[in-house]
Amino acid sequence: MKKQLSLVLLASVFGLMVGCSSTTKQDDSTSSADGTVSGADSTKGANVGDAGSASKLAGDQADALSKRVIYFDFDSSDVTSEARDIISAHAQNLSQNTGLSIVLEGHADERGTREYNVALGDRRAKAVKQLLVVQGVQSSQIQVISFGEERPAAVGHDESAWSLNRRVELLYSGS
Amino acid sequence: MHILSRYLAIPFVLFFILLRPVSAALTIDITQGVDDALPIAVVPFKWAGSGPTRGSTTAAPENVASIVASDLRRSGRFAPVPDKNLVGRPSHGSQVNYTAWRALGIDNLVVGHIAPLVDGTYEVQFQLLDMYKAEQIIGYKIRSRRANLRRTAHQISDLIYKALMGVQGAFDTNVCYVTVTKNRQQQNVYRLAIADSDGYNEKIILETQSPILSPSWSPNGLQLAYVKISSRYGAEIYIQSILTGQAKRIGVTRRKSSAPAWSPDGKKLALTLYKDGNAEIYIHDLKTQKSQRITRNSAADTEPAWLPDGSAIIFTSDRGTGPQLYQVSIASHGASGRPQRLTFEGKYNARASISPDGKFIAMVHRIEGSYRIAVLERSTGYLRVLTESRLDESPSFAPNGSMIIYATEYRNRGVLAAVSVDGRARQRLQLNRGDVREPAWSFFKQ
Repeated sequence: MKKQLSLVLLASVFGLMVGCSSTTKQDDSTSSADGTVSGADSTKGANVGDAGSASKLAGDQADALSKRVIYFDFDSSDVTSEARDIISAHAQNLSQNTGLSIVLEGHADERGTREYNVALGDRRAKAVKQLLVVQGVQSSQIQVISFGEERPAAVGHDESAWSLNRRVELLYSGS
Repeated sequence: MHILSRYLAIPFVLFFILLRPVSAALTIDITQGVDDALPIAVVPFKWAGSGPTRGSTTAAPENVASIVASDLRRSGRFAPVPDKNLVGRPSHGSQVNYTAWRALGIDNLVVGHIAPLVDGTYEVQFQLLDMYKAEQIIGYKIRSRRANLRRTAHQISDLIYKALMGVQGAFDTNVCYVTVTKNRQQQNVYRLAIADSDGYNEKIILETQSPILSPSWSPNGLQLAYVKISSRYGAEIYIQSILTGQAKRIGVTRRKSSAPAWSPDGKKLALTLYKDGNAEIYIHDLKTQKSQRITRNSAADTEPAWLPDGSAIIFTSDRGTGPQLYQVSIASHGASGRPQRLTFEGKYNARASISPDGKFIAMVHRIEGSYRIAVLERSTGYLRVLTESRLDESPSFAPNGSMIIYATEYRNRGVLAAVSVDGRARQRLQLNRGDVREPAWSFFKQ
């Protein structure tokens, strides 16, 4: 049972890596950032490598729309350039379909205190919300919820799990 | 008897299993005792009633002496002698051979008896004796009921601790905590639990699939405030009566709120509201249901904790670089003066718990990539790191300030642990199954 679970997890991690050629690079840079324990400083460096693949995908609206998770660096709510492209696609979708509404669910990794992580998840979700709003989405279409570190996407106590847990999930509702 | 023999088999390891493990949700391991712990002997109390005897102990409904000895050992300040090493079974000071006990290296001896009374209650009598002066230090007769005998034992421990340590014991107190287990569908089930300070008498007061965090005791011990995070409304604070189990969401309208901390007078909650675009500290009046804003900036401000006199709130803010602790004075109209930064060592200091005398602040402190419990002495600014694990969190002072309970990891599970303020005594409290987290130590019972 346990083996099965970790296989599923492995598969999903592998799937992510296939989906985004620069994920491996992102992992490396964030884990080194973690080693120095000064996550805030490494915010910019982590996803610069994504720019190439992101621009390649930029024209493909459907592909960007299919991505519904935005990842963040440690103790950071800065939105990376690749994530901006994903958010823009969703902004277009939401502003053109005002009947749609979206829940932005903010999450943090397990490190640090639970309440501070609730605040961090909230800030991440609001950073995404702000980008949606400046691109024409109505505030009333957006709901922000933070789960802090309470709903991890990946189990585990290392950077490979943590990097998947520092995230905002975009959940569509309504019609 | 079975458990007792297990206990006797390893007398020199500071490790014990509480009697009646079936009803004990928590197992407590003493992981580090104090070298100069006081040698003391607690003689099994004589049972003055009729009924079958149970081995060498009595057949009283509770083994009061054993509970007292466990309490004293858990404090890290005492080294109770194992029963098999006792030189005699006196139940009254007049029966004590002081020379024999002195030869055993015992400073203090506790003797007593339990007698059933005709009205169904019990009389518990005990004496704390000084072996060198050959005299009584304290002696009490306590009326108790069957269901209250464990509590009576804790009260006896408190009296002994006070007599020998000069400060009130915190044995007759409670802890609350959150447990997390998986149900058959592999979903998390969260339970808010209350137990005696030794892990006994666990009561589940809430069970839900929504995450629960940050339980906070009301000063009178009758209510808990806590946060429940629902998928629909996010984090919201509830207040629940412990006796009736009735829970009520605070505030007139639904709004995201978190990190409740009861004011020392019990009339207000310091809390975090998320309505201003980011996390800000407010004081919420429980009677008027109105909230008064305390912090005002673009950073996250959360995890408020009151000074014991209610004159200031200490909170976490990342207005500088990373989360640090700040203090803001509180006047009747709200905040008075600008918040002052308190922590300067390290890049992560959060989740303050303030000692009952107001002299120390316990916090989560990051050092070498690990999150540990540290204590800041307010008068000197001296910071002492007390723990050694990787993910320690949620520190909470005992009401006598002697110990700090916190959450940590042990063998990939969430467990509770306690450490003395000087870092010398440690213990680990393990749940039978699942994770346990978010401990909060109660105030003294009123």
